[in-house]
Amino acid sequence: MIAAYLVLLIPLVGILYFALSGHKTDTGKLNIKFNGMCLLATIWLAVNVLNQGTILSSGKFFLIDPFNVYLIVLTAFVGFTTSIFSSPYMAHEKEVGKLSDQRLKLYYSMFQGFMLAMYLVLTTNNMGIMWVAMEGATLATVLLVSLYRTPESIEAAWKYFILCGVGIAQALFGTILLYYAAVQIGDGENALLWSVLYENADKLNPEILEIAFVFLLIGYGTKIGLVPLHNWLPDAHSEGPTPMSAVLSGLLLNDALYAVVRNKMLVDDATDSNMAGYLMMGFGLLSFLVAAVLLHRQKDIKRLFSYSSIEHMGLMTFAFGIGGPLATFAALLHMTVHSLTKSAIFVTVGHAAQLAGTQKIDQIRGLIKTQPRIGWGLLIGTIAIAGFPPFGVFTSEFLVLLATMHSYPWLAPFLLLGIGIAFAGLFRHIQPMVYGNKPEGQQAIKANLWPVIIHLALVLWLGLAIPGFLANWFSQATLLISGSTPL
Amino acid sequence: MNIEQLDFYTQAILSMAALVGLTSFLMLGQGRLLRLIFVFALQGFLLTLTTALAAYSLDNPHLYISAVLTLVLKVIFIPWMLRKEVLRMKMHRDNEALENNTFVMLGGASLMVFSYYVLHPIVQSSSVVMLNALAVSLSVMLLGMLLMISHRQAIAHVVGFMSIENGLFFAAIVATNGMPMVVELGVAFDVLVAAVLFGIFFLHIRSSIDSLDVDMLNRLHEVDK
Repeated sequence: MIAAYLVLLIPLVGILYFALSGHKTDTGKLNIKFNGMCLLATIWLAVNVLNQGTILSSGKFFLIDPFNVYLIVLTAFVGFTTSIFSSPYMAHEKEVGKLSDQRLKLYYSMFQGFMLAMYLVLTTNNMGIMWVAMEGATLATVLLVSLYRTPESIEAAWKYFILCGVGIAQALFGTILLYYAAVQIGDGENALLWSVLYENADKLNPEILEIAFVFLLIGYGTKIGLVPLHNWLPDAHSEGPTPMSAVLSGLLLNDALYAVVRNKMLVDDATDSNMAGYLMMGFGLLSFLVAAVLLHRQKDIKRLFSYSSIEHMGLMTFAFGIGGPLATFAALLHMTVHSLTKSAIFVTVGHAAQLAGTQKIDQIRGLIKTQPRIGWGLLIGTIAIAGFPPFGVFTSEFLVLLATMHSYPWLAPFLLLGIGIAFAGLFRHIQPMVYGNKPEGQQAIKANLWPVIIHLALVLWLGLAIPGFLANWFSQATLLISGSTPL
Repeated sequence: MNIEQLDFYTQAILSMAALVGLTSFLMLGQGRLLRLIFVFALQGFLLTLTTALAAYSLDNPHLYISAVLTLVLKVIFIPWMLRKEVLRMKMHRDNEALENNTFVMLGGASLMVFSYYVLHPIVQSSSVVMLNALAVSLSVMLLGMLLMISHRQAIAHVVGFMSIENGLFFAAIVATNGMPMVVELGVAFDVLVAAVLFGIFFLHIRSSIDSLDVDMLNRLHEVDK
């Protein structure tokens, strides 16, 4: 259990340290160290869970089970590699005069604040605290979106704040309804604990839970970026600093989906109907298709990949909605590979934008000629995210497709159509950026591409062969969520 | 349901629900910002009263803490902050001409009916009083959203946002006698941070577009035009 406390304590110390000490030249390196320590703590935690199974802290305040522990490790890993990327990136932003020391202090402090909120969402056993932490994640990142203080970034941050704030208020109403159903059967203080709710889920009032789930899905769905609640997402991703886009896409969206799935498990047990699943399938498929079409009309490279995030989150929501062991396994795998691939892509995109001095797609040209590593990174990342074999995204998308053909065959054509449209949408933009002619005077920049290489290598590994302990982990989580195992 | 047969606490809750709903409608039709903020403070005060009443009748001391938190945050701090902002921007004499005021009010009334319709299945498992309380909370939330849609000033948006929180809070107090203490403290902390962030944002928006009219925040589009 000490490991779990460490995971929360390290970022807390980080916030206070960065906020109080002011910005120095080595703050970026220190941020890497904080995230590195956190990663070690989460690995320790994961080993504990692997040996002992589910851990419930003595006050029942924290719950670590196979479902959330792998997300915790994933969060720490992406946080760590992003901080490696962010250190030289932010130094470059300061050099070109976009940011001051004061802003960098805010940036590093809130980076840790965001990590803390993410860990709290994942580790807490209390559905109310989960909401509080989710809102906390918005509050921590809203000033980072407007970090550059351009009119566009302020507009994006305002939209993000209002839309996510109002959206997530719906989730609180859902949580209150859940609590209302829970106090009718149990004691007050413990009634919102997930472990207690899950044990008594079949006694909860089904009518109230059905209403509650609608609100929870709308609320957390705003954060997942489900269409039609997605408007904030491309704005916030494109206007904030790139390391922030990487963690927003790679982590925040996953954690919001995690919250929905936790609630779905309760509703499924209480109602015996698949109402929650149908809702998730509908919203998921809609987001998937709409985002795939919108990919074609983008002119900003970061907006392009944020629509791709919406598309993939839609696919995951759809897969969790289908339920069943195969679809759930695929969704869990897809969460992992999408996080890894998408944060790698944002890292490369960040470098590409610094190289070209703009985020406009039609002005970024000739990446491979200027700096081959960035060009190849972007190309391979895009190939991976578009779902080409042998990368992991192919495996998980294939499994989703398989599960769909098994349960709802008439939906499979829509999925194939969406994948095809998205593929075309990505490549029509990527092709000229990578291969086109090099503009005059474009110079190579200092770039650290290790995070990209590691992430893409992992995705490749997951595509070729999922290591035994990880597969075991996924199937335990699948067992927990869907009631049976796929292997 | 015969209202005289209910105990005093239930009757009081019903009247409070009616009054809270009324304040939401008052805010919806209000074009002057200072009055809007005043009505918002009034709604906060009604919530404080409800919480204190619940704490007293149900003998639940931790609700007193919630009551004090509400009083400090929603009746004093946030209205004070917003009022200061209005006076600084010299907007206190402006009267925002609300377009389609009649339709907005009719829309508000329909939202209230809709809330009752959505929550009606709850009657099967609990009392009619509970349905009233929850439906009013939900309609306060929806009316808060409508307020944000129909007003153009950023300050009105903040009032709408906070009034949504009020609706949630009312639901938590009346339906479940308050959430567990840790959750309630967490929510109050989030509201406080959100209020401070709004203050910072006013500063940024003012310095970037020299106004607090959110219609001027229109540079980003879903697809390029």
